[in-house]
Amino acid sequence: MNDALIAETISITGHGGEEIEAYLARPIGREPFGGVVVIHHMPGYDGGTKEITRRFAAHGYAALMPNLYHRDAPGASPDDAAATARAKGGVPDERLVGDVGGAADHLRALEGSNGKVGVIGYCSGGRQSFLAAVSLPFDAAVDCYGAFVVGTPPEGMPLKVGPIVHLAPNLSCPLLGLFGADDQYPSPDQVAELDKALTEAGKPHEFHSYEGAGHAFFATERPSYRPEAATDGWQKIWDFFGRYLTA
Amino acid sequence: MCTYLTEKITVAGSGKGTASWFSLTDATVYLDHPQHAPAEHTLNIDFLNPAQGPSARVAVELTAESARALAQAIEATLESAPPGLV
Repeated sequence: MNDALIAETISITGHGGEEIEAYLARPIGREPFGGVVVIHHMPGYDGGTKEITRRFAAHGYAALMPNLYHRDAPGASPDDAAATARAKGGVPDERLVGDVGGAADHLRALEGSNGKVGVIGYCSGGRQSFLAAVSLPFDAAVDCYGAFVVGTPPEGMPLKVGPIVHLAPNLSCPLLGLFGADDQYPSPDQVAELDKALTEAGKPHEFHSYEGAGHAFFATERPSYRPEAATDGWQKIWDFFGRYLTA
Repeated sequence: MCTYLTEKITVAGSGKGTASWFSLTDATVYLDHPQHAPAEHTLNIDFLNPAQGPSARVAVELTAESARALAQAIEATLESAPPGLV
């Protein structure tokens, strides 16, 4: 199996035509390839999400993770940048769509691209993956336990986001949803509500909820890691992207 | 979700960051997923000087039990100070 890849930090054009930092990993010698925009979790543009980005490249996809906190804290370490972004209430939705759109354009323009691009996000990035897929043209989208697609943050939370489930009819591509049955954000009821909204809108989607797993079950460096759920989840992702992003 | 109630206060004092000591102006206290501590959620405290940029931050992530013990220790220490010292 050829899993050679190259990974590097680059600059891409994001929301409003501004240059932002991004992490690109792409396969070597396996053209043509599909692309995946990786949306990092709330703790930021960190080592764990860079590892995920490289994992996509090892599996034959060009993967690009924009640093969504670049403007909030240019040059700062990921944890300091995350604290700053958190204090500001998170990433504004409009800016997110602009940055993810810029990343998708960059992937489509890569030499060797097959022109197909998907999007995946974890934690807050799960909501943002759904937001990107109802706002922009994609070929496939994955929502990993994104909260507040349905429902609003409890009183006192600094996060300034609202529900976006009503945008389900605008979904531009098939959606894979991976959730923990023990998670409260999103809760099983909220996952069911999103499932229902997508079904009513006639949008192709498949949802999987893992028993014994809560939030962030993919995060290998955290106690929330659930190897069985994560291993099966990765296989679901390979199957899904294999269907929609290759050939 | 990743973020819960945040308390923000103004503080006066100094903290030692990765580069050197700096003056503190703000602190945030919140319950969240930690960056580093091996726990699902921790009580996090950031001591900050936003005017000096995002890196002017001293961060701690404590288990709930540790955070309560710390709060009690701080109160007890201040209570036991000789009159006129604080």
